[in-house]
Amino acid sequence: MNPSPIAGFWTLFQKEWLRFWKVSVQTILAPVLTALLFLVVFAHSLRGHVEVFPGVDYAAFLVPGLAMMSVLQNAFANSASSLMQSKMTGNIIFVLLPPFSHQEFFTAYLLAAVARGLIVGAGVFAATVWFVDLRFGHPLWALVFAAAGSGVMGALGIIAGIHSDKVDELAAFQNFIILPLTFLSGVFYSIQSLPPFWQAASHLNPIFYMVDGFRYGFFGVSDVSPWLSLAIVAASFLGLSFLTLWLLRTGYKLRS
Amino acid sequence: MVPAIQVENVSKHYGTLQALDAVSLTVERGEFFGLLGPNGAGKTTLISILAGLALPSGGTARVMGHDVVSQYRAARRALGVVPQELVFDPFFTVREALTFQSGYFGLRNNHEWIGEVMHHLDLDGKAETNMRLLSGGMKRRVLVAQALVHKPPVIVLDEPTAGVDVELRQTLWQFIRRLNHGGHTIVLTTHYLEEAEALCGRIAMLKQGRVVALDTKQNLLRLHSGCYLELRLEPDRLPERLEPLVSRRREGGYRLALADYTEVERVIAELRAAGIAIHELEVMQPDLEEIFVQIMRKS
Repeated sequence: MNPSPIAGFWTLFQKEWLRFWKVSVQTILAPVLTALLFLVVFAHSLRGHVEVFPGVDYAAFLVPGLAMMSVLQNAFANSASSLMQSKMTGNIIFVLLPPFSHQEFFTAYLLAAVARGLIVGAGVFAATVWFVDLRFGHPLWALVFAAAGSGVMGALGIIAGIHSDKVDELAAFQNFIILPLTFLSGVFYSIQSLPPFWQAASHLNPIFYMVDGFRYGFFGVSDVSPWLSLAIVAASFLGLSFLTLWLLRTGYKLRS
Repeated sequence: MVPAIQVENVSKHYGTLQALDAVSLTVERGEFFGLLGPNGAGKTTLISILAGLALPSGGTARVMGHDVVSQYRAARRALGVVPQELVFDPFFTVREALTFQSGYFGLRNNHEWIGEVMHHLDLDGKAETNMRLLSGGMKRRVLVAQALVHKPPVIVLDEPTAGVDVELRQTLWQFIRRLNHGGHTIVLTTHYLEEAEALCGRIAMLKQGRVVALDTKQNLLRLHSGCYLELRLEPDRLPERLEPLVSRRREGGYRLALADYTEVERVIAELRAAGIAIHELEVMQPDLEEIFVQIMRKS
């Protein structure tokens, strides 16, 4: 039997897919429930008090933000936790011994992260769409930002998983970098409502452009041009991808 | 013919620690080769370099003629490694673990061979069992199977029988011998020297990152020209003049190293003169363990 040129990559992707699918209560259902709770609490307490976009109910405004936050956090968690757990248990050896190229290794982990992010995002919509009047003005924009955003976070997750030697390090990465950046990215508000300093600071946060561009796909309204957001998200993706590929090529923290 | 493994002046250092120091050795195709040495000698480091898990600080290593760094894809396809640690992926069943491992090497729909490997390692009954529910011995069998699913011509077993029962050892060696007779090259590291003596045709001994002996098993065994005398005595003590001959003190007995067979008579005479009765006496050829101990002491 002759080896197939893409079978290795495809098998690694399947393994990564099955890894999160087998524990879908924890990897898919739990984040959907969390997003639903956010919606119930925030929408109920702020209904009638806040109108971020003209004519858009706050709960409707919130849903795309919550969905994108879930997409991004879960894409990151998928690649980061998979690599981290494999390193800690030692079974990383099973993916280091085969003849994967750096690109195959990267793409398989990345696509699995994107897949989980998108599935969780779809789950959040499926759970929340019944409670709000949601428009889908530019669905292609929404899809592009969901895919590109989860790609960025999937790549960042690979870097975090490779770099972290202990659970604490990964938790610090998640708690002190990913969580603040997602919470301060305009998930719950428009940055137009912030003081000038924080508006300027928000423009330095790449996740802001992911959320803003994604929301444009629904309401056709955004804080910055979706083209600018797309350019920044694409640049972030390319930069992180090159960094990840370089880490894999040098064997950083994977091959001694 | 290109050798199965060719290592030329390979060095590896971790900071100030020199794990391997200009190691050179060749393993021909079809050999059953032993890599022996005390803990920290560099055996696992050498295997890691061959497998691409570690990068050499200097020198070159080839598997079936493929450089492990510049031609790593071809080199890794030619190599199956059974790691020393008992590692497993707790998400998957035995069959899933083997199917994935085969797929990683580009072989999908490899069910027939996977079934054969499972059968020979007595894993049939555990095919659908989650890895985390297996006993240590069963996990070890799966590790062996994972190294074989892509039918590599060169198989490296890094202490595969550490902590496993007699039944698995027998099953494992029977299967590995079959693979070797079928043309596979086997490289074995083990602390059980009787296993190496029984299985390996050629042996390299490493100490502190250097090759201190490399020869056929027969030539290594001939390094010691003398013999050994195993004794059980009553009372359990030796006359002072025989103390320098003690090679090993065993429970209830002694092993004396003699320069040649004529010394046997002298030992018996000394014991008689000291009024010590001989309960058991056995004259033995030196085994690999004795040779190993001698070489490690000398080098």
